[in-house]
Amino acid sequence: MHHSTAWRAVGRSPWKFLTSSWPWRSLLYLLTGGLFGALVLTVLAALTLAGVLSLVAGVGAVLLLGVALSGIVVSRVERRRLRLMDPDPLPDPHRPPAAPGVRGWLATRLREPATWRELGFTAASLAAMWWMDVLVLGVSLAVPVLLATSPVGDPDAWPLTVLALCLVPVAPYTITVWAGARAAMTRAILAPRDGELGRQLTEVRASRARLVGSFDAERRRIERDLHDGAQQRLVSLNVLLGMARLDAEPGSSVARQLGTAQEQVTLAVDELRELSRGVHPKALTDHGLPEAVGNLTARSVLPVTVDIRLPHRPPAAVETAAYFVVAEALANATKHSAATRAEVHARLHADVLTLSISDNGVGGADPAAGTGLVGLADRVAAADGRLRISSPAGGPTLLHAEIPCR
Amino acid sequence: MSLTVVLAEDSPLMRDGLVGVLTRFGHRPVAEVGDADSLITAVRAHRPDIVVTDIRMPPDHSDDGLRAAVALRREHPALPVLVLSQYVEQSYAARLLDLGSDGGVGYLLKDRVSAVTEFVDAVVRVAAGETVVDPEVVRQLLHRQQDPLRRLTPREREVLSLMAEGRANAEIARQLYVTEAAVNKHVSAILQKLDLRVDGEGHRRVLAVLAYLRA
Repeated sequence: MHHSTAWRAVGRSPWKFLTSSWPWRSLLYLLTGGLFGALVLTVLAALTLAGVLSLVAGVGAVLLLGVALSGIVVSRVERRRLRLMDPDPLPDPHRPPAAPGVRGWLATRLREPATWRELGFTAASLAAMWWMDVLVLGVSLAVPVLLATSPVGDPDAWPLTVLALCLVPVAPYTITVWAGARAAMTRAILAPRDGELGRQLTEVRASRARLVGSFDAERRRIERDLHDGAQQRLVSLNVLLGMARLDAEPGSSVARQLGTAQEQVTLAVDELRELSRGVHPKALTDHGLPEAVGNLTARSVLPVTVDIRLPHRPPAAVETAAYFVVAEALANATKHSAATRAEVHARLHADVLTLSISDNGVGGADPAAGTGLVGLADRVAAADGRLRISSPAGGPTLLHAEIPCR
Repeated sequence: MSLTVVLAEDSPLMRDGLVGVLTRFGHRPVAEVGDADSLITAVRAHRPDIVVTDIRMPPDHSDDGLRAAVALRREHPALPVLVLSQYVEQSYAARLLDLGSDGGVGYLLKDRVSAVTEFVDAVVRVAAGETVVDPEVVRQLLHRQQDPLRRLTPREREVLSLMAEGRANAEIARQLYVTEAAVNKHVSAILQKLDLRVDGEGHRRVLAVLAYLRA
């Protein structure tokens, strides 16, 4: 967690912490906070007062509107100040104005929840956090100084001096802990909500989907090239070898060698076939998920019950993602789980493809253990879906994916 | 006996190979085409004894050959069709065998062509009206344990898999080192367990094989 770094620094050895930049950055954060708070408090109090007094004149409404929108300015400064405590910048939650000009800007800003959240933050900041800044600074800096200086010339006051000296090394801790807390609160309140990040998130998702899409198109192309090129050539070669064998004297060494050559070519063809099937299953492109999964399970050593009922074909990206989820899940079940039975179940509900694959194996499938699960989750996420897995030790394992078809 | 053959295969290399193999054994390729539409035209023009076609061909490079085969069978129900595929796909096999058992049907992996003698043998058998299925299809099916087939004993399943390859009882008996009477007993047990109607031995055998392939 990035905003706990200040606190994490506090937890390190005292020497390391006291010589780090954290106490100074925290001090600066609280000092600027205190000064800025005082400034804002003065300006807003003055504006509010003037606004209420001149409300009759009509100017007041403008002033009060300024107060209402003040959160925007304050929060902008606060986001800048946060960089002192937090290397991770806070994005601006505001949308660009829907229309040009002051009116468009106002219309957009007044309708945004972010604007009112920022006003709330400003209020909370002035009502509570600013006082705390001042208080913490006072207690940790002013008190030792006062203690040390007040009893000048009083020989009986040395315990106070000792106490003051003891308080000095504590000050950086108090300051850093409060500054860390204040930064965390600021981040929590001012961070844009997911909805406000909508455009960026959609953009990221779209680009990820494009990436996966182009990757899949590339796979289809490779599969086709393999099929139309190398595979055909090898099969034709093998036919020629077969013809040559007919001409060879049965039992002669030539016949034997031709036979060996044929076996080798057959193996090469088999390997190529498996390879291009892994690259992209042909039946998926031609007939869709139920048939492709049927072919997959027909080849599987594990007995698999397939129950896929879809009223229509989902989009290609969804089909491909679903297919690879099934393929990977069954491969894992066969390889690692010692399962004796597996089930594949898929339905289309309200434009969401729900897919579950279960097996009765020993469980313990761990996404972190470098199986293809992570890659699968990425693939499903790129299609805007979710992949969940439940695989307790002792089994059973259940993989559940939901992929929206848009 | 010499068969007239219409060949459909988009790879020129492979097409030459097929023509070479067929002519070598005395059969006559009367037309060689490279796409599904020409295949249909060629069959209408030549009325061959058998059609041998690749599944994946232009125009779409998907299962055009298979679709053309299905269309041809609708037009000429007794036309023997042998389909070659780069991959064994159960779904393709099942769709092909749905054509019914009026004329011969075959589904072979393309690699089998290189076992020249066996391939030509399969062509002759399909032309004679038999159902020939690639051993690989059968091998995959044996992995599946599904309902009607679950009732079969391992031995019966073995017999059925040989039936699916289009073998006659005598041949099955030789392969399994049992008497032909024993094979007959297995076959009737299989037919009974798969709830197949009794109307003509050959037809029932095909139905058994179909049940097996659709399982």
